[in-house]
Amino acid sequence: MTARAVWEEEPTAIGRLSKPVVLTLIALAVAFPLYVVVVTSLSSTEAVTRAGGLVVVPRELTVAAYVQLLSGGVVTRALLISVLITAVGTAFSLGITVLAAYGLSRPGSVFHRPLLFVVLLTFLFGPGIIPSYLLVNSLGLIDHYASLILPTAISAFNLIVMRSFFMGIPGELIDSARIDGAGEFAILRRIVMPLSKAVVAVVGLFYAVGYWNAFFNALLYINDNNKWPLQMVLRTYIVQQQPLPTGAGGIATGTGLGMQPAPGLAIKMAIVVIAIVPVLLVYPFIQRHFTKGVIIGAVKG
Amino acid sequence: MTTVVKPPERAARQAAPARSEKRSGMRFRHRLRRDWPLLVMVLPVIVLLGVFHYFPTLGNVIAFQDYSPYAGIRGSEFIGFANFSRMFSEPAFWRAVANTLSITAVQLIFFFPIPIALALLLNSVLSAKIRNVVQGIVYLPHFFSWVLVVSLFQQMIGGAGLLAQTLRDHGHSAVDLMTKPDTFILLVTAQSVWKDAGWGMIVFLAALSTINPALYEAAAADGANRWRRLWHITLPGLRPVIVLLLILRLGDALTVGFEQFILQRSAVGGGAAEVLDTYVYYQGLLVGDFGYGAAAGLFKGVIGLVLVLVANRFAHLVGEQGVYSRS
Repeated sequence: MTARAVWEEEPTAIGRLSKPVVLTLIALAVAFPLYVVVVTSLSSTEAVTRAGGLVVVPRELTVAAYVQLLSGGVVTRALLISVLITAVGTAFSLGITVLAAYGLSRPGSVFHRPLLFVVLLTFLFGPGIIPSYLLVNSLGLIDHYASLILPTAISAFNLIVMRSFFMGIPGELIDSARIDGAGEFAILRRIVMPLSKAVVAVVGLFYAVGYWNAFFNALLYINDNNKWPLQMVLRTYIVQQQPLPTGAGGIATGTGLGMQPAPGLAIKMAIVVIAIVPVLLVYPFIQRHFTKGVIIGAVKG
Repeated sequence: MTTVVKPPERAARQAAPARSEKRSGMRFRHRLRRDWPLLVMVLPVIVLLGVFHYFPTLGNVIAFQDYSPYAGIRGSEFIGFANFSRMFSEPAFWRAVANTLSITAVQLIFFFPIPIALALLLNSVLSAKIRNVVQGIVYLPHFFSWVLVVSLFQQMIGGAGLLAQTLRDHGHSAVDLMTKPDTFILLVTAQSVWKDAGWGMIVFLAALSTINPALYEAAAADGANRWRRLWHITLPGLRPVIVLLLILRLGDALTVGFEQFILQRSAVGGGAAEVLDTYVYYQGLLVGDFGYGAAAGLFKGVIGLVLVLVANRFAHLVGEQGVYSRS
């Protein structure tokens, strides 16, 4: 629908005027906080002092805060841990999800219904916080990075999305490969995967964003603050406003790096930006696949 | 998400055992020999769900124990419903229940209609380009973590945030909306709207795209203006989705999100910010009263399950498809 249909009324003056205003306000509500945080993170001490806090009008931009944060210490370490957990976790989750989604996608295969039921039932109830904690504890995974991956490695929703996509692949393709003597693993690798790049990409990105944003598992299972992922650092120093440690093991000082030190507020806002940037980087890819209707199709079906 | 078993298929399955046992046994062995690679593929997921989902669910027996971490589940003494009766006489527990239910109610009134309104607004925009840009912007916060969302709200309307800063600059006294217990319920709803209202719109946009445009044209030819078309065509077209989401939300009445509240509980205080999930976490893990915490968690889980099932049954009664079909 790119042009107004002939039977439709002309829009009223109020409608013509208010629609762009409302849409702009909605867009600003999302974009403005991000803009302020980015500008403040790039501001010098003088700019922050003149603004009396957060900076709206950019002047005297500097990357000092990022240099200080990324030259070792608490935030650098947390960032590395988050990147590592996200990479390993996503590869693991995506791998077993693809396998299971294909394994459950062939109609009439043996045990296919009860196994699907086992997956679907997880939508209805969860084990609860305390029993989950006791299990992870008894497995010896407290303060172990595996506790950030294994307990929530599978999203039944992602699995079902991928399965319904696989089920849409014509059965003739798969049957003909089978007649040619291909085994199930070969069929998955050579026929199904090349046809499913979009859904695999979207589910992978969903898992990646999930791991990057995860905070609950770290809160429950990681007591050692040297093993904190970035979201725990964000929570401790921004939300709870505890003072950032400086010096050895903390944040590098500006004078130590031979530069004008960044103001404390810019450093805090830089941590927020560091937590946002990876999401912003993958977001265009996620969005492109929405428009192809992968997720909408799955929601509808 | 639906497992729809169609009646003919169901009849065929019921007829299957009537065949001779020997033949069905052969068939089963044949299918097993044919399908075992598929079973191997599903195995890792089943094992993980078994270990981290189903097995700990059994661990809820400690709700009926005077659980001690040293004695373990096997060594701890069973005390029947003592944890539950203590819980029901605890004002703090009922406060957590009341907070949870009021937050659900407020979100139903102030959050639920917004994605519908957004979808209608966006659907009426003629330019595909503008639609795409706006969609790209409003979906984005869904992909932010709660830690990030709370941080951003703090920077905007917290005690040291932009709002307080601007008020101070103009000689007013600053307000800190992040620590006020009285308005906390509106604050968390605003946060949810900011984060997820745009994302919630997707389902409604999909439903809108399935409405046959010929209906609008025919209605217009019969003299229906835009509001009558909205009332008589658009809203009935959205009704199945609205009913389904309403049911899902009601079934989830006891779940309002853990992270959003645990992050703000210390700033606002337990009086306003304690919900059932944070209550379980505090009593069970921070106080260390595992059995009692598990009892609160089990209470929430069982009532929640009943609510989902009842809501779904209700959906069938009013003639909607519901979350799953009974088959």
